[in-house]
Amino acid sequence: MQNPTFEIKAMRASYGAKEVLKGIDINILSNSVTAIIGPSGCGKSTFIRSLNRINDLIPNFHASGDILYRGEDIYSGDVDVVDLRRRIGMVFQKPNPFPKSIYDNIAYVLRVHGFDMREMIDEIVEKSLRKAALWDEVKDNLKQNALTLSGGQQQRLCIARTLAIEPEVLLFDEPCSALDPISTAKVEELIHQLKQNYTIVIVTHNMQQAARVSDHSAFFLMGELIEFGKTQDIFTKPVDARTEAYITGRFG
Amino acid sequence: MNRKSRNKRLDKGFSILGIASIAFGLIVLLVLIIDVFLDGSARLSWSFFTSFPSRKPELAGILSAWVGTVWIMAITALIALPLGIGAGIYLEEYAGKNRLTDFIEINIANLAGVPSVIYGLLGLGLFVRYFNLDRSILAGGLTLALLILPVIILSTREALRAVPFSIREASYASGATRWQTVRYQVIPAAFGSIMTGVILAMSRAVGETAPLITIGALTYIAFLPQGLSDPFTVLPIQIFNWVSRPQKGFFANAAAGIIVLLGLTLIMNAAAILLRHHYQKKIRW
Ligand SMILES: Nc1ncnc2c1ncn2[C@@H]1O[C@H](COP(=O)(O)OP(=O)(O)O)[C@@H](O)[C@H]1O
Ligand SMILES: [Mg+2]
Repeated sequence: MQNPTFEIKAMRASYGAKEVLKGIDINILSNSVTAIIGPSGCGKSTFIRSLNRINDLIPNFHASGDILYRGEDIYSGDVDVVDLRRRIGMVFQKPNPFPKSIYDNIAYVLRVHGFDMREMIDEIVEKSLRKAALWDEVKDNLKQNALTLSGGQQQRLCIARTLAIEPEVLLFDEPCSALDPISTAKVEELIHQLKQNYTIVIVTHNMQQAARVSDHSAFFLMGELIEFGKTQDIFTKPVDARTEAYITGRFG
Repeated sequence: MNRKSRNKRLDKGFSILGIASIAFGLIVLLVLIIDVFLDGSARLSWSFFTSFPSRKPELAGILSAWVGTVWIMAITALIALPLGIGAGIYLEEYAGKNRLTDFIEINIANLAGVPSVIYGLLGLGLFVRYFNLDRSILAGGLTLALLILPVIILSTREALRAVPFSIREASYASGATRWQTVRYQVIPAAFGSIMTGVILAMSRAVGETAPLITIGALTYIAFLPQGLSDPFTVLPIQIFNWVSRPQKGFFANAAAGIIVLLGLTLIMNAAAILLRHHYQKKIRW
């Protein structure tokens, strides 16, 4: 039995007085892909955005309970949030490249972490773009503004940017929902490859996608974790009637 | 009559009204400019810029006035830019949202609307009398700096607020600190708008007369200031002085001075627009 990357017990989260996660218990296993599924508004984003504490940026947000990352409570006072976010990379729903060149998008995150040698940055930029399957499309235009890329390219750039600083975990919050089918296929293929080396959590509202890319699936409903298990089991023999109703598309 | 055609007519009526009011504004402006040009263009010559004021209108020029304006603007910019932009960045990016910051925010907004002559009184009491700066360039620059400070703070905050949340999110998510995020992402993205606000504030300050008269700026200076503690005059005061003279010749001088002042504000506003345009083209989300 592998050690879980995240051990989460009785996790609650709220925006002001509105509680949106009502006691979640889940273990996220290392080197596997965990899909978070559920109807919109059930708290998927809130959950995944709590794992790297990016939701701290939202005023009034509050999380409680045990959220252990490699045994360490990430919401305890002495956690270095900046370092935590370096170790837990995130790709967002809407591609969010910086309004800078393709090269600088990646160079920025490297500089932030203290890289300053030009050759080294050049090398990592190329390596990350290759890993994100974008290199061949942009290698001649690295100075081009990232915002001129297509949505799918932008999202792969965001993935490259995240990979550049070699995180331990990758969080994806509906990474394909703004993309066309071809780009979606590329990003899925990428996730499939990244699985070898990373622990991945992916939020998706797309059942086929969850079935294709994930090893484990967690079904959320109205702030609660209804069912968690091997993706195969969840999709073929769900235990809870609500899970079955959801995956068969009877409510959404 | 049905609702749709009524709305259509309303729409049309409103756009006609809009065009009419724009036309009215433009025509008035045009008439003013033409009038000023007819009166003053004959006086615009090299010597007008290189002569001190004089009792003889044909010999009088704006040398001390434009040099004074340059001095005052430089001091104003040197003080108001770092303070205003710094305060704007602090309030928008660092200060928490609580009652105190709400209170400060409301007050800054109110200060931006205070009539400029009140700033003159403040400058007179504080800089001229209390700090004994006399009616010096420093006192004038400080007074105008106070005047445009709230405007710069407000426009800086506005510019920062316009930077999409997703950019900050992306930066923090890659493990950047707040300072790195603000310094390398937010400020560069807002730079064009911040500068636009600054230039517009400065172009307001260029034309200010009342506060400087209040602190006792001179209206007749036949020498150039050598340092911060020297007395000064500025273009609008010189113009004001000439307008109030009975002789016809001075009237032409005033018109010529107005052309120069108009040109200056026009250049500054054009710079602001170009800057905004340039950055909008470079950065589009
Ligand atoms: N910034 C916010 N402020 C207040 N409520 C929010 C905020 N973000 C999300 N919520 C609420 O929290 C609930 C869960 O949202 P979210 O986690 O985004 O769900 P999902 O990603 O599953 O669609 C929703 O009811 C939503 O309205
Ligand atoms: Mg969501």
